[in-house]
This record gives sequence, C-alpha cells and structure tokens, in this order.
Amino acid sequence: MTHGTFELDGREVPFSPGQTILQAALAASVYIPHLCYHPEFKPHGSCKVCTVKVNGRPMSSCTTPAQEGQQVESNTPEINEARRTLVQFLFVEGNHFCPSCEQSGRCTLQATGYALGMTNPQFNPLFPNRPVDASHPDILLDFNRCILCELCVRASGEVDGKSVFALSGRGITKHLIVNAESGKLGDTELSVGDKAVEVCPVGVILRKRKGFDEPIGRRRYDIAAIDEFAAAAPKGGTP
Amino acid sequence: MTLSTSALGGLLQRHQNDPSRLVQILREVQDANGVISPRDVTELAQALGLPRARVEGVAGFYSFLSTVPRGQYRVLFSDNITDQLQGSHALRDSLCHAFEVHLDELSRDGLVSIGATSCTGLGDQGPALLVNGRAIGRLDPGRIGVIAALIRGRTPLDRWPKELFAVTDTIHRADLLLASRLEPGEAIDAAIVRGAQGTIEEVKQSRLRGRGGAGFSTATKWEACRVTPGPERFVVCNADEGEPGTFKDRVLLRQFADLVVEGMTVCAWAVGAQKGFIYLRGEYLFLLDHLEAVLQRRREAGLLGHHLRDQETFDFDVEVHLGAGAYVCGEESALIESLEGKRGIPRNRPPYPVTHGYKQKPTVVNNVETLAAAALIARHGAAWFTAKGTATSAGTKIHSVSGDVARPGLYELPWGTTIAELLELAGAKNTQAVQVGGPSGVCLASDGFKRRFGFEDVPTAGAFMVFDSSRAMVEVAENFARFFAHESCGFCTPCRVGTTLMHRALQRIVAGHGTKRDLKELKYVAQLLKVASHCGLGTTAGNPVLDTLERFRPSYQRRIRSFDVLPSFDLDQALAPAREITGRDDPEAHFEEDAP
Ligand SMILES: Cc1cc2nc3c(=O)[nH]c(=O)nc-3n(C[C@H](O)[C@H](O)[C@H](O)COP(=O)(O)O)c2cc1C
Ligand code: SF4
Ligand code: SF4
Ligand code: FES
Repeated sequence: MTHGTFELDGREVPFSPGQTILQAALAASVYIPHLCYHPEFKPHGSCKVCTVKVNGRPMSSCTTPAQEGQQVESNTPEINEARRTLVQFLFVEGNHFCPSCEQSGRCTLQATGYALGMTNPQFNPLFPNRPVDASHPDILLDFNRCILCELCVRASGEVDGKSVFALSGRGITKHLIVNAESGKLGDTELSVGDKAVEVCPVGVILRKRKGFDEPIGRRRYDIAAIDEFAAAAPKGGTP
Repeated sequence: MTLSTSALGGLLQRHQNDPSRLVQILREVQDANGVISPRDVTELAQALGLPRARVEGVAGFYSFLSTVPRGQYRVLFSDNITDQLQGSHALRDSLCHAFEVHLDELSRDGLVSIGATSCTGLGDQGPALLVNGRAIGRLDPGRIGVIAALIRGRTPLDRWPKELFAVTDTIHRADLLLASRLEPGEAIDAAIVRGAQGTIEEVKQSRLRGRGGAGFSTATKWEACRVTPGPERFVVCNADEGEPGTFKDRVLLRQFADLVVEGMTVCAWAVGAQKGFIYLRGEYLFLLDHLEAVLQRRREAGLLGHHLRDQETFDFDVEVHLGAGAYVCGEESALIESLEGKRGIPRNRPPYPVTHGYKQKPTVVNNVETLAAAALIARHGAAWFTAKGTATSAGTKIHSVSGDVARPGLYELPWGTTIAELLELAGAKNTQAVQVGGPSGVCLASDGFKRRFGFEDVPTAGAFMVFDSSRAMVEVAENFARFFAHESCGFCTPCRVGTTLMHRALQRIVAGHGTKRDLKELKYVAQLLKVASHCGLGTTAGNPVLDTLERFRPSYQRRIRSFDVLPSFDLDQALAPAREITGRDDPEAHFEEDAP
C-alpha cells in the first residue's frame, strides 16, 4: 500500500506507512550506501553511512521516517565524500588487510568502499590490538575486522534467542564481547546455523574449514558492484 | 576479589532483583570490593535474569566501574583544562613517582592506581581528584604529600581528615534563584491553587527555557508530556552536570535542594507524574546523604508521598540515582537508558522522552536550574521572572566561573549581561579567551567580549572558563579533544573514530610534530562530526577545534612544521621503552633532533 511519495535526488519515491527513507529507497531499487541496516532488523542508526539531507538537514536515512513531500538529497559529491570518510574511519579503526581476508569479495565494507570511490585509508591507522578467538570448534572470530554494526548482537538476541554477543567499553575502546565468563566463544551456545553467524557483513564471524570455497575474483561483489545489486534486486521493502 | 554470594544476595535484595537498577547495583559491588569480578558478573546476570554479556557490557561502559582490579586506593585526577593549567599533571606525576607506578597501572602490591577522569565539577577549587569516588579539591604539593602518606599507611577513607574532603560553595552574585527564600511547600501550594493547566500556563508566560543547554521551552515540554495518554509519567532532574567547567548544579543541590525538589514536585503536579528521579553524577557522591536527608524530611513534612497537600490525585516521590562516570549520560535519552540500567547510548529520536521516556512512558527531563526556576515561578508568578532578562531570554542565568580570574565561583546574572561585565566582576586580567558553555559551547576572543549572554546571542549552560594571555590556546583545544575522545559513547562512527583522530592530531601538534596536513584534517573531521553525528556530544565535539583554529591560529602555527606531510612520528618518544628497560635517561639515550 502506497502512502505517499518523497523526492530523492529529483526522483519520486513511493513509500508505505512506517517505512524509513532508506527502506523506501531500497524498495524502489535506489541504492543509498548503508552498513548497519539490514532488512530483517530494526534500523540501528549507528554507522551513519546512510546519511542523506532531508529538506537540507543531515539525517540517517535508515531511521528517518519517510514523509510526504520530503526533499531528499543522497547521491551528491558532498554527501558521498562524507560517506567515504566514514568508511575510511571504519578501515583505520580496525585492522583490515583485504587480500588475506576470507570475506574479500563478499564484504559489505569493502564493496561500499569501492562504490564510494575510496582508494586509500586517508587517515593514520589506529592499529588496535584485537586478538582473534579460535576457541569454538566450528567458528572463528577475527575481531580485527569488526565494524561494530551490532547485527550479530541483534541476530543472536532477537532471532537465535541466545544473546551470544554484546558490546562493552565505550568510545574508541568499544568492542564486541561474548556471553561467557571465560570470555571465549567456545564457552557460548553459538552454533554454525545461527543467524548471528550468517549476518556479519565483514570478516569477523567465520566458519572454520570453509576457507576460500569460492575463488576471490568470482565472488558476489567481484562480479557486480554493490549499488548494482540494489538496482537489480529490490530488498528491504518491509520495515 | 569476588563478593561473597551472601553479600551479593543482600545487595540484590535491597534492589528487589530489579534489572533496571543494574547501574546502581554495579556501583555498589564496585564500592564494596574495588572491582566487579567475572564471577560477580555471572552471578548478577543469573540473579537479574539478564544475559551475562549484557551485564559485562554495562560494567564496561562507565568509567567508575571496573572489571579488572584497580588499586585498593583508586586515585583519579580531574583532567579539565582548569585543573591542567593549575598544575594537575605535575601533581599527578609526583604521586605516581611516590608510588613508583605509571599512569593507569596497578602498583605491584595492589595498593594504588592513578589515572585521570573528566572534570569533577570543582573548577572553583581545583586542581581536584577522586579517591575511591570521594572528591578532594585545592590540591597542592603539601596535600598530595598528605594523601600519599595516608595511602601508604593504608588508612581507611573514613579516617582521613574531614578537612581534605571539604567542598566550599562561593556565591559572588545572587539574584532571582540564589537570593531566594522559599519555605518548603509554598510553590506546591501556589501550583495547586492555579491547577495543573494553570501552572503550565504560568510557566509559559514566564518564557522559561531549559538551562541544560538546548534552551527548549519548559512549558512546551511539560504540556507535551501532560497530553500524552498513559497511566504513568515521570519527572527526571538532570543533575549529571558533566560539562567541564560547570559546577552551579552542585551548589544548587547543596544550598537549594528543597527548591530543586519543590520544582520537581510542581512539575509532577502539572504533568501528572507519580515518580521522580534525580540523576546525580557519580562525582557528586558527597551530595548523596544530604539529598537523601532532604527527601526524607520532605516525606515527613507531607511534601512527598501520598495525597500531597490533601489532593486525592497527587502522589509523588523522588529517588536519587547515581551516575558512574559518563558525560554522555547528561544527554536526556542516554540518561534514561542509564536509569533503566543500560549502557548510556543516546536513543534514536523521534520519539522523544516526553512521549516515550523512562520505560517508554511520558517523561520530563529538566536541568537542576530549570526546576529551581520553575518552583520560584510557581510561587512568585511569571511577571516576577520576566522582569529580568531580555525578550528572548527571560530571567537570570547562573555562571560557574573558573580559570584565570581573581574570584572564581558562582555569578547569577540577568540574561543580556555582556561577557566583559562578567570578566570584570570576576576580576579577570589580560584575558585572551573565554570558553562559554564548556567545551561543547563557544570559545571567544576579545572581539567577542561585547557580546551578550542569551539564547539570541551567546547561549550557555553555565560554564565560563577564562584564559589569560599567557595560555597556549592549542593546549586548551588538545585538552577538550581529549575530553570528547574519552567521553564519546562509541555508538556512531563519526564521533567514535573522529574524536580520537582529532585528539591524535592535536597531540602531534602540541608536541611539535604536527604538519599543515594535520590542520586540514582537523578542520575537515570537526566539520564532519557536526553534520554526521548521532547526538549532541558528537555534533559539538569539533567546536573547540573550529573556534580556536579560527580565532587563535597563530597558537597552532607556532608549533607546526612547514612541511605538508610527516613527521608524525616522534623518534625520541619511540626510544622511551628502551630507556625504561635499560634504566637510562642520559643525553645519549635520547634522540637529538635537528632544529626544523
Ligand atoms: C552530551 C550531552 C551532555 C549533556 N549534559 C547535560 C547535563 O549534564 N545536564 C543537563 O541538564 N543537560 C545536559 N544535556 C542536555 C540534555 O540533553 C537536556 O537537553 C536537558 O537536560 C533538558 O533540560 P532543560 O530543558 O531543563 O535544559 C546534555 C546534552 C548532551 C548532548
Ligand atoms: S562481528 Fe560482524 S556483525 Fe557483529 S558487530 Fe562486528 S561487524 Fe557487526
Ligand atoms: S555522537 Fe558520540 S556520544 Fe553521541 S551517539 Fe555518537 S558516538 Fe555516542
Ligand atoms: S545504515 Fe543508517 S546508520 Fe548505518
């Protein structure tokens, strides 16, 4: 049911009640870069990569309700530069060595960087010390790549009903923790089939013994850019 | 190092095993034991029916909670710029030296750890520190010596000389609020006579605007809460006073606690709330007993509790919640999350607290000073209030003055007063700059001193820090950048990463290793934070950088290398670990740099 329309970069976009700007845009096959948003979860509003201008004011499109007659700017050089910087922030905040990452080619962070024309990290890397956790028989955690989107937190709590993941610390020391007194993933209830395992957009939550099943170069985002996927296959139509 | 199960059980029982009291519970565990051990976290989680990781995440959020052992005496030096300019770093280093510990490191015998914390709200009597959460001001080498001896003698804190913990309140200029004499109950009775709607109308006529920073119309907020349907409503007094350089709420809560609670009660009557909270910053632990006593006295006098003033529909009581070291919890939605026992992360808005606040119920959050003013307006009427101030900014504002002035303390002045007038009153000489409203406010140079306090010109939440011409403003900017990096909640990317990048760039510049490129980066990141951040902390975190770059650029340039890139690496600093290991500090062990 269409509720009304708003204008996105000069194009009329219909929306249904309860949809946010990002949801309506994706349903209309218009790509707005985003990282912490996932169609199956309540919008989170933390990565800020989906920032647009609504009637001239910067807003997160994933959390801002769509309203009749809004003037939304998204694909402008100024906004894309800000988004590119935020993606660069996420790169320098962690330790990302894409060529050696199992997720390369299917990683949303990497693909979003490409889509935004990011060619270098720009800022001095922070080189945080984040040891990996290999204690679980089937799953490896490489925290170096975590972008703190909380998708695993939400999936494990809301879908799997296990609350295996949570965040601790604050500011730049904010980090992912697991639900065990030992602090080790092996002592949690996580299992391979969990939504939390599937949902990680980067290369943190990895299945063991499944490395490089598909050669790099032939993976999802090696074949088509992330914005082309949005244009081809509408998703996120339901709030 | 773990609390016994029975001690934990008793503590939990006092809090009715209520998960929404988690921050209070964790504070008490920390207090009892100096640490929240992994075992404690597991047991608390089980007892409260929460995932263990949730409890650990909350414990990991607040500065005053710790999941790793700190010293039996945990000393935290207040790290505001005013402390720094009064020599706090040297005092801190001397204490570290006395115990042979590094900053943030536990001494080998577990006796002491020494670290830094954000402004403790004693800007008028700094430098200051907290020892196991208790504030000590007016530090000097003599007092540091006394403290060191007490720690070394393992003297329990309650046997330390009372005089050490004395906090004094200096009021230099009193006006509507600070000169008021209200008998408890007077404002409530006046509000009852006017009726709930009439009270809101009177507050509207007074044009009272929030004193916590945003300047939102108080009557509009109350009205929005009142008209939201629902059986339960809440009033929250925001006593988080985290903005560095502010201490007026501290004085109000001590000298005028009745007035503040009276304001909460008037608000409760007007909006139909049954329950109130005072969210008191952890640094103000020394006010807790006093506030509890005032609340108890008011209960006994029938000014809190059931059927107040014989009104059948008027039940209201107030509870004090302590914060645990997080500036962001002053932001109203983060404050509510904290009240609910969670990490203090600002919520997505809309909806706003007036419709979906504490436990998703309609909630008014007001600053301490706003509530005090509201009580007086209820008693004396709107005209009494609007007789002072300007057309846009009615009434008076309390300024917390600190820094390079002869007379630090509180000054209550009508809105519309100029900055120059306040500088004169406080006895400031050779003033180079003033930081109005704290780091998140504005930094003005002498060409701005003619400007006036007011929502229409220079708005302020009450901090007024003065810097004379001997101060390097780039160091002020570095201190503020450190503050924001330390206090960012980490929820959103721009603020989480950007505040740290800004701080690192400023550290390089202050150390003489900055480049022109760092200046460009600083400005760019500061502007990005303004547009992309999730809450007011991030949107204002770049202000000190942008203001000082604009108004005090030479202070930066004096320390900048002429190159565009490099050398962001300090070779001498890189040799420090080697010096440490070899125990050397002779000239040969240092890297001598050629003059630039
Ligand atoms: C990071 C941040 C910190 C804040 N700290 C405080 C504070 O310590 N005290 C306060 O009253 N308001 C603070 N505020 C403002 C509150 O969000 C809110 O606007 C205020 O409490 C509303 O009360 P008022 O309308 O009476 O001003 C802060 C805001 C932000 C963004
Ligand atoms: S582990 Fe993956 S899903 Fe979880 S917060 Fe980090 S990046 Fe997001
Ligand atoms: S702006 Fe800073 S403090 Fe506010 S939500 Fe973002 S990270 Fe947290
Ligand atoms: S997708 Fe909107 S903030 Fe992350």
